[in-house]
Amino acid sequence: MSVTTETRPVPQLLAHRIERPRTTKRWIDWVTTTDHKKIGIMYLVLTFVFFILGGVEALMMRLQLGVPNNTLITGEHYNQLLTMHGTTMIFLFVVPAMAGFGNYFAPLMIGARDMAFPRLNALSFWLLALGGVVFYATLFWHPPEAGWWSYPPLSSIRYSPSGGQDAWIFLIHLTGISSLIGAINFYVTIVNMRAPGMSWGRVPLFVWAILIYAVLLIIALPVVAAAVTMLLADRHFGTHWFDPAAHGSPVLWQHLFWFFGHPEVYIIVLPGFGMISEIIPVFSGKPIFGYKAIAASTVVIAFLATLVWAHHMFASPVPTVVLGFFMLSSFLIGIPTGVKIFNWIATMWRGSLVLSAAMYFAIGMLAIFTLGGITGIFLASFPVDWQLNDTYYVVAHFHYTIIGGAVFPIFAGLYYWFPKLTGRLMNERLGKISFWVMFIGFNMTFFVQHALGLEGMPRRIYTYQPGLGWSTFNLISTIGSFILALGVLLTVINVVRSLKHGHRAGPDPWKANTLEWFTTSPPPVNNFDAVPYVRSLEPMRDIRREVERRTGVTQKTGGSEQFARV
Amino acid sequence: MLLVALGVLAGSLVIASAAFANPLVPKSGGSPNADQIQSLYKIILYMAVVVFIGVEGALLFAVIRFRRSKGAVAAQIHGNTKLEFGWTLGAALIVVAIATVTFIKLPGILNPPSSGPNGLTVASLNPPKPSTGHALVICVTGRQFIWRYTYGAGCDRASWERRLPYSYQEMVAPAYTTVRLVIQSSDVIHSWWVPKLGGKVDAVPGYTTYTWFKAPYAGSIYRGQCAELCGRQHAFMTALVKIVTPAQYIEWIDRQATAIKAANDQVAQLRYELTQMHDLSLTGIF
Repeated sequence: MSVTTETRPVPQLLAHRIERPRTTKRWIDWVTTTDHKKIGIMYLVLTFVFFILGGVEALMMRLQLGVPNNTLITGEHYNQLLTMHGTTMIFLFVVPAMAGFGNYFAPLMIGARDMAFPRLNALSFWLLALGGVVFYATLFWHPPEAGWWSYPPLSSIRYSPSGGQDAWIFLIHLTGISSLIGAINFYVTIVNMRAPGMSWGRVPLFVWAILIYAVLLIIALPVVAAAVTMLLADRHFGTHWFDPAAHGSPVLWQHLFWFFGHPEVYIIVLPGFGMISEIIPVFSGKPIFGYKAIAASTVVIAFLATLVWAHHMFASPVPTVVLGFFMLSSFLIGIPTGVKIFNWIATMWRGSLVLSAAMYFAIGMLAIFTLGGITGIFLASFPVDWQLNDTYYVVAHFHYTIIGGAVFPIFAGLYYWFPKLTGRLMNERLGKISFWVMFIGFNMTFFVQHALGLEGMPRRIYTYQPGLGWSTFNLISTIGSFILALGVLLTVINVVRSLKHGHRAGPDPWKANTLEWFTTSPPPVNNFDAVPYVRSLEPMRDIRREVERRTGVTQKTGGSEQFARV
Repeated sequence: MLLVALGVLAGSLVIASAAFANPLVPKSGGSPNADQIQSLYKIILYMAVVVFIGVEGALLFAVIRFRRSKGAVAAQIHGNTKLEFGWTLGAALIVVAIATVTFIKLPGILNPPSSGPNGLTVASLNPPKPSTGHALVICVTGRQFIWRYTYGAGCDRASWERRLPYSYQEMVAPAYTTVRLVIQSSDVIHSWWVPKLGGKVDAVPGYTTYTWFKAPYAGSIYRGQCAELCGRQHAFMTALVKIVTPAQYIEWIDRQATAIKAANDQVAQLRYELTQMHDLSLTGIF
């Protein structure tokens, strides 16, 4: 570490902020910006709005199911709600929220000044916003009601004649093009714009995850784009791809949709895994355990993710030998996922854990996601799946994986990176309360749903009769969902309060490892004046050590404020 | 605090198992395939509980034992190849074990056995057949938002024209007899599922799918409902399967056929009277 320090002194200045006199209104800056950080913030704000909308839809469904024979919501409106909820959370919240974090932090973490294609980056965001507008505009006419996977013939013009279904198709197209452009942008940025010395063995694990996320998007999105185009043609232009009356096949749609739909699951959770891989080492005071294994398992998961799609179709007309194949491939994906969990726990092992709010959410992720992974093994065994498929067991399973694997990491990431985004820390105490309320509410909502599924309650029914053994579990689940919502609300309050009243963070409040902390909070437009030569996986750690060596002063609250004009 | 939360989790698991019928495993008792799925589920459950307790326990231990304390220094470990190989192999072994058990259990779930000695003996035409060929065929047709059952040998169009007896929503089936269900849909995708009689099978328009059950005793009514979103009244697309003795079954089929014929005759009569009354020709209107 000290070999080249004489020739390459530690920079005395990180970054200069140049304030030009403002000539336009502030909102015009945001609309016309191509700065990856501003775009990242817009992504995060927009997707959190959709998160709240999707959450309200979920609460309405839970209210309807709270008691048997409830008449609060009709079957028609319930189907619209479940379609809006699923589509919103997948296409308008989790995937683009990851793009938001990726946008803001991937360039910073590799020491780049912006994304490779800044204007394409802005286009990605505005296409996403447009997709959301097209989809939510149906609220004023007729929202789609065929579910987020929109199986034909139910989604055909005959059984779903309203324009809501077409709006759904356009949403897939618009957000799909948005994600595809974004994915290419991420790929090019990460491959070409890394700081000097940052070889593939020194790329932060979050950046690895965003890279693989981008590759998976590039593989999966064209397939769903083709599928929804075929559906659009079936609906309006007289084709019969999925029309059984004209020798079309509804099963073809299922194959195409899930060939996209399963990689989508990993598109959702891999960046979450990446965040966890950044946060746990920082708050454990240790390097990540088994860096290579974690990076490699990300690649292996992505590869296997393209080979497991038909495990969503175990009850469909599919030959048994195909079921066997998809069972085995789905089992295999459990191995790299397990390896990641073991590595994260091993990272904490013999560490010195700082239990910050971000670390709470990271540990909560491990606790929740583990159960989601285990129930996945049950579902992968196809004879068992014949009993569990399309029941509340599956609803429980994928909420454990998605809320565990993506939403808790997003909250962890929010608490961890908020100081970088805004220059202010969030309230730790309120954050921890928010975590506990969310954790308890989440488990109350979804743990009992395993039992509901085993008791024979199918998904997507808008009401049920008393006396089936479902009423108590449903009531617990409904109460839990409101506790979960309260927990989310506490973090929203925390964000709003901390924007004005949070403690000033300084450039590196956590003594973190990666380069985004080697600049002011928030960073200036050009991110860095000078980018250090990267000698390890943890360049900030090296810099802190170097400063300590030179000044003889132990760094207490991070190193970079020593040489930054904050 | 995490300890409390996990305690609540474990506690709710225990309470749930005591207070309710048996929400820890899938339903069974109406047919051998459902029983086999349940026993497969249990085997996986035992392994899963060990893994769950192991992983969550290690996590909990790490959080409690290694939280920051005075004088504690974090060990700067970058990895341990042997250990990492070890747990990769361990995970792989568990997965191989579960796959093996699944394949061992599969034939009992997939292949229908023959009807018992007291069961109804009927020749069967459609694949897949039990080894001795003795199984009763019932055709199940899903449509928005009701199940229709046609009782007879074949499930093609010709059998419809033969005016076989049928019923809606409630199926009547004989005990001790292997009943093969031939499942079709006439509009959107539905999914046939009666939990105690086995797993679900989608009813996809343009495709024919199969499942089977063999009820061990008469006198039960099993409940199920459509498991694939099929439209606004999906929640009310229920199915009942009433198991009777073979003798009762034959009697019921006769009664049902007579009742259907009587109803058809009544409709024909009514049609005739209407056309007479208004001096209409039968062709062109009906």
